[in-house]
Amino acid sequence: MTTYLIRNAQILGGAPKDIYIADGLFAEIGENLGHEADVDIDAHGLIALPGLVDLHTHLREPGREDAETVLTGTQAAAMGGYTAVHAMANTFPVADTAGVVEQVWRLGQEHGYCDVQPVGAVTVGLEGKKLAELGAMHDSAAGVRVFSDDGKCVDDAVIMRRALEYVKAFDGVVAQHAQEPRLTDGAQMNEGQVSGELGLTGWPAVAEESIIARDVLLAAHVGSRVHICHLSTAGSVEIVRWAKQKGWDVTAEVTPHHLLLTDELVRSYDPVYKVNPPLRTAADVEALRAALADGTIDAVATDHAPHPAEDKDCEWAVAAMGMVGLETALSVVQQTMVDTGLLNWEGVADRMSRRPARIGRLTGHGRPISVGEPANLVLFDPAYRGAVNPDEFATRSRNTPYKGMDLPGRVHATFLRGTATVLAGELVEL
Amino acid sequence: MTTHASSAPRPPHQVLDATDVARVVTRIAHEIVERAKGAEDVVLLGIHTRGVHLARRLQTKLTQITGREIPFGTLDITMYRDDLRLKPARALEHTEIPADGIDGKLVILVDDVLFSGRTIRAALDALSDIGRPRAVQLAVLVDRGHRELPIRADYVGKNLPTSLREAVQVQLADTDGRDGVLVGDRDYTARSSQALAADPHLPE
Amino acid sequence: MKRHLVSTADLTRDDALLILDTAEELAQLSGRAVKKLPTLRGRTVVNLFFEDSTRTKTSFEVAEKRLSADVINFSAKGSSVSKGESLKDTALTLQAMGADAVVIRHHASGAPARLAQSDWLHGSVINAGDGTHEHPTQALLDAFTMRRHLNPGAGKDLAGRRITIVGDVLHSRVARSNVHLLNTLGAEVTFVAPPTLVPIGIDTWPCQVSYDLDAVLPKTDALMMLRVQRERMNAAFFPTEREYSRRYGMDGLRMAQLPEHAIVMHPGPMVRGMEITAEVADSPRCTAVEQVANGVSIRMAVLYLLLGGATLADAPRTTDSSEAAQ
Repeated sequence: MTTYLIRNAQILGGAPKDIYIADGLFAEIGENLGHEADVDIDAHGLIALPGLVDLHTHLREPGREDAETVLTGTQAAAMGGYTAVHAMANTFPVADTAGVVEQVWRLGQEHGYCDVQPVGAVTVGLEGKKLAELGAMHDSAAGVRVFSDDGKCVDDAVIMRRALEYVKAFDGVVAQHAQEPRLTDGAQMNEGQVSGELGLTGWPAVAEESIIARDVLLAAHVGSRVHICHLSTAGSVEIVRWAKQKGWDVTAEVTPHHLLLTDELVRSYDPVYKVNPPLRTAADVEALRAALADGTIDAVATDHAPHPAEDKDCEWAVAAMGMVGLETALSVVQQTMVDTGLLNWEGVADRMSRRPARIGRLTGHGRPISVGEPANLVLFDPAYRGAVNPDEFATRSRNTPYKGMDLPGRVHATFLRGTATVLAGELVEL
Repeated sequence: MTTHASSAPRPPHQVLDATDVARVVTRIAHEIVERAKGAEDVVLLGIHTRGVHLARRLQTKLTQITGREIPFGTLDITMYRDDLRLKPARALEHTEIPADGIDGKLVILVDDVLFSGRTIRAALDALSDIGRPRAVQLAVLVDRGHRELPIRADYVGKNLPTSLREAVQVQLADTDGRDGVLVGDRDYTARSSQALAADPHLPE
Repeated sequence: MKRHLVSTADLTRDDALLILDTAEELAQLSGRAVKKLPTLRGRTVVNLFFEDSTRTKTSFEVAEKRLSADVINFSAKGSSVSKGESLKDTALTLQAMGADAVVIRHHASGAPARLAQSDWLHGSVINAGDGTHEHPTQALLDAFTMRRHLNPGAGKDLAGRRITIVGDVLHSRVARSNVHLLNTLGAEVTFVAPPTLVPIGIDTWPCQVSYDLDAVLPKTDALMMLRVQRERMNAAFFPTEREYSRRYGMDGLRMAQLPEHAIVMHPGPMVRGMEITAEVADSPRCTAVEQVANGVSIRMAVLYLLLGGATLADAPRTTDSSEAAQ
């Protein structure tokens, strides 16, 4: 295996150190290391973080390879500093059987850019009616532990209760897409001042909050753990904070776009801002940032949702919901959390690597950067400033809300178990 | 920075003063009575903006001469212009046709300056959409030449040979505070007076 | 004025008065033998209707023809649009056909805004009603009708006039366009509706909200009734048709509560027996028919002001300066 000597990297933002990588592990860490490495990397000014872990990625394969494939999606992940992603189940066919999850998992292994941990559907066909074979998916080679009907809410309280109970047998977790369906029938954007003016059907915060409230109570009642996907409102933060104070096993994620963007952008009617849950208000953004800073929200998850151009190049009502996010997540977090003083780099490592890995029970990820650990690593240049250019993305889709926006920071290199997937800001041919 | 004295545009000079304008209006009124045989079926239509004021003055004179109220109306020819696409859309002026209409009447169009003839062409088109006059005649305060269409005036206050470099500016008390006709260099006018540049009749 | 008419919020007071005054001039045309002007000769206007609307479409078509524009009707029914052609491809097609303006009616809020902001076509976009967003020419013709009755004359606005708009504000593009425009013209707007049909966030709109029609009637100069679709009942916005009519419908008794000079307006089509009784609809105070006639004048004014002069389509597309000049 290729050996790497990374010079003067600031591990978690600390004092510059040299990192020697050999045999897939951090072989030595210290000052002025004298190793003869195959590749020398000058990491002066770069932050070293453990490889990022995404709890919420849509890789689209199988079924929508026009939007993304496991290959392009994991390449995008590597470019964003990720070494593991959780692939959501809403593919065609739905990842509700051992066969589909194993296929996705194997594709990730073959390509080698990023570990792909498939998420299994909670119910057959995401229809919310009948539990999928959760145990079989767990027992498969993919070893599924996170289950979600993401894109749809498990709105039937009994099905949700059963799922929460059932996955206890193998330390699984249900990741809920909290959206009360009746309150969001035909919903197009956050319900509030802007939706009223624009004449777009509103998606009220209460539709998210009521489900979260119900599910934390259910989880407490049956003694399970529950994970809340893409939490988006100040009210949801309050409920999760309350549940955690009670000592219940509740975790939550927030997307980068909900940390930065607001529903004011919808005034353009540009469907690039159409996403589910919708962009909320500035007050929500503020509450989400604070909750991520104080740990009420455990993780940043991208909800990377690639869509082909034709699904966004249209009128708002028929446009697909979602944004790509793998390649901009760390930059958005730097802008919203680090540059604002809310979180230091150690905190970033915790919310983007350590905790998401723990929620997904990924034992090989989210580990410290110390000798003997698997060399999952990202080198990030926080001083970089530049406009986002979607044409440079590795993802197959271009539906980014940040096009042309100046975002700070850029991934310089990513290592997956000692293999460089990105070097000098470019993908490595594997 | 200095400019050569000889090439500098000339300031406008007056060619008709207030008395001249008054005399000319009176003369045209008399000509109308004479040629239109007592002006019995005459309808005066002033073309916006200064043509309307001139037409109103003519009407007053004609009333004095004939002892009858001569029908008077206004015409906005904007919608019929052939240069609409050269400028952003203009606001419309009020078109008011006398209650008895223009069918079978002798319509006398009144304008301040006759230049290319395009305004009159537009006015004739507008008239034909409004009704069918017995005949149409044209009265202008100044004819400055340079016709681009086969159009001539029936009543002319003053023939004023000009070069295309020059601008003719008609001033009427109703809009400009005083009566008079000025001629100056177009360049000078453009540089010195926003008001002149805005005059809809200048780049006719 | 801007190059497009997508929202009445884009109109300044001067823009709005220019449109009203121009329409007032053009209204004379309907009394003439030849109801036609040559102004838009050689201009192509496409009526792109994704939603059935005989009234609005006819009104635009009359306006376009009176200005001598070449009119193309492109309706979603029976065209490739219903076979799944996207808005973008439709727009590109119209651009290739040389459309100078597109009058668009669409069931999706924001579709005209999307067209106007895209580079899919270069002509002017005129919103003829988009989803539950806006219907600017309707608001303009409403304001035109109000001005004629309440403060007639060129250059006049609606300062201090009290306008009450009753009905399904939540789903009404007419209400949204009206609130912006009436506010721009200085009027005081009050919405009256059951709370379920009032949008969230209306407290930030420049208007008052009341749930009590009878309390508002004596303080009203113009009353506008909005259509209430029967299917709203099934979505539990109100219990029954009868209850709605009783609380928010306009009948003869209520009409008597209005000041003598007040007018009753309706954008049509009316649901008689629901929001308005025949007695009110057929009374001389009801301007519904007059509004239709005024619609043609307003649409002519808008078409003339957007297309009559130099347009972006005339200029070589090299710089933005021509846009800035508008």
